[in-house]
Amino acid sequence: MTRETLFNLAVLAGLVALPLYAHLADEPFTITLATRAVILSLAAVGLNMALGIGGLVSLGHAVFFGIGGYAMGILAFHAQNYMPLMETPFLIEGTKSMPLIWLAAVVASALAALVIGLLSLRTSGVYFIMITLAFGQMFYYFAISWSAYGGEDGMSIYVRNGFPGLNTLVPIQFYGLCLAALVLALGFNGALARSRFGLALNAARQVPERVRAVGLDPFRLRLVAFTISGAITGLAGALFADLNRFVSPTMFSWQLSGEFIVFIIIGGTARLFGPVVGACLFVVLEHYIGGWSDYWHIWFGLLLLGIVLFGRGGVIGLIAGKARAHG
Amino acid sequence: MSALLQVEGLKATYGASQALFGVDLQVASGEVVALMGRNGMGKTTTVKCICRLLRAEGHISFDSKDLRRLPAHRAARLGIGLVPEGRRCFADLTVQENLTAAARPGPWDMGKVGTLFPRLSERKTQVARSLSGGEQQMLAIGRALMTNPRLLILDEATEGLAPLIRQEIWDAVGQLKRETGMAILIIDKSLKELTQVSDRAVILNRGRTAWTGVLDDLSADLAQRYLGV
Repeated sequence: MTRETLFNLAVLAGLVALPLYAHLADEPFTITLATRAVILSLAAVGLNMALGIGGLVSLGHAVFFGIGGYAMGILAFHAQNYMPLMETPFLIEGTKSMPLIWLAAVVASALAALVIGLLSLRTSGVYFIMITLAFGQMFYYFAISWSAYGGEDGMSIYVRNGFPGLNTLVPIQFYGLCLAALVLALGFNGALARSRFGLALNAARQVPERVRAVGLDPFRLRLVAFTISGAITGLAGALFADLNRFVSPTMFSWQLSGEFIVFIIIGGTARLFGPVVGACLFVVLEHYIGGWSDYWHIWFGLLLLGIVLFGRGGVIGLIAGKARAHG
Repeated sequence: MSALLQVEGLKATYGASQALFGVDLQVASGEVVALMGRNGMGKTTTVKCICRLLRAEGHISFDSKDLRRLPAHRAARLGIGLVPEGRRCFADLTVQENLTAAARPGPWDMGKVGTLFPRLSERKTQVARSLSGGEQQMLAIGRALMTNPRLLILDEATEGLAPLIRQEIWDAVGQLKRETGMAILIIDKSLKELTQVSDRAVILNRGRTAWTGVLDDLSADLAQRYLGV
C-alpha cells in the first residue's frame, strides 16, 4: 500500500470520525461545517476529472454548480408553493424528493456541460479558460435578471428536501448522504482514471497528435470528460443548495470557479483526494482564520503561493511524496 | 498484389513553404516498402500526409478508401499504425497503460507485444519517461501494433539507438514481415538493413518521387546522388 493510499484512507477516516464525534458531543455546527467541506470537495472532484486527468483548466465550473443549485431551488420552490413547474404540453410539478432533484440536477448540468464543451473544447489554453469564464458570467448575469426565482436576492427554501428512510433535517444524516455521494464520486473518478478511457484522456493531455494517430479523437475524449465532470459538480450544487436551503446567483460566480481550481492545486492536481484535502483545508481556514480577521484570504493566498512555489504535488505531494504526474 | 496504400501526386506545404511537389508511392498488402532520401526531402511529411496529420493535395487512398476527407483518428481506425519519429510515448503513463490506451480489437494484444519485445513485459509497470531510448522505441512500436494495423509505418525507428538495440528492432521488423504478413512502410537511413528487409524502395528527392524499385538494383551512382552513400 502506497503512502498516498494510506493518507487517503486517513482522510476518509477523519471524514467519518470527526462528524460522528461532533454528533455525540452535540455540536451540530461542526457537522454543518464538515458537510460544507464535503460538498465543496465533491464539486472539486468533478472538476478534477477535467483538470487533473484531461488538463482542462475550466474557469466556468461554477456554472454547473449553479445549475445544480437552481435545479434544486426551482423544483423545491414549486413544490413548497403548490405551483406546477409547467402545465403545457404536459404537467410537471415541483418536488421535495432529493433523488428526483439530484437526477434533475445531474441531467441539467450534464446537458449544459455538453453544450459548453462542444463550443469551448475547440479551443485550448488561455482561450479555453476565457470561453469557460465567459459562459460563467453569462449564467451569472442571467440568474441575476431571473426575477421569477429571486433575481439578485436569490431564493429561500423553507424545509430541507427529503430522502426515503432518512430525516435529512438531522445534520448527521444529511452529512452521511453527502459523504456517500463524495465516496461514490471518488470511486468513480478512480476507476475512470484507470480505465482505457481515462488513460486515453491522460494521453490526449500529453500528446494529442499521437492520440489521433492511434485512432482516438481527443475532442470526443475531452467532451465526455467535461460532461461527466459538469454532472458531478452539478450534483454538488444541488446538495449545497439543500445544505443552505438557499440559492443565489453567487453559485455561478467566477470566484467560486476559481476556488474549485484552488482546492485542487492545494490538495494536489490529479491526486484522487487532492480536491478533498484542498476543500477541507479551505473550510477549516475560512472558519478559524476567518474568525480572527475578515482578511483571512491573505493567509490563504500565502498558503497557495507556498504550495505553487515549493510543493507542486500539493499537500498530498508534500506528505505522501512525489507520485508520477496524473497517475 | 493489390495496392493497400495508394499515393499519387502528393503535394504539401508548411505555411508558405512547399515541402512536397508530387510524391507517388504504393504499398501492397504484405509488402515492406522502404521510403528513403536525404534529410529534408519529404519523407516524414509524406507520412504525416498519409496519416492525415498534415493537409495535402493529391490522391491518398487506403484499401480503396479516399483518406483526404478523413480526420487523423478516422484514418488510423481504417488500419494505419504509425510509429512516429522521436517515439513520443505517453510519458506519464506506464508501459502497460501506454499499450492499453491504444488497444483496438484484433490479434495484437499485450501478450503478443510482450512476446515480440520481452523487455516491455519486464517493464510493464514502469513509467514510459523512465525507459531507455531503445525501450521507448519498442513501446512506440508496441503501441502502434496494439491498434491492430494493416499497414505499419515506422518513421526513423532506429535513429539514435545503440547497435544492439537497432538489431533488436530490425529483428522485430523481420519477424513481423515473416509471421504476420502486415504491410510495412519504413523510413530509415540504414541501406544495408533496408536492402535485407524491404521488398521495394521509394526514394524521394526535393519533395518528389525520384526512384522506385528493388534496392539491389539501385546503382552506386544513384545511391550517391539520392542517398549520399
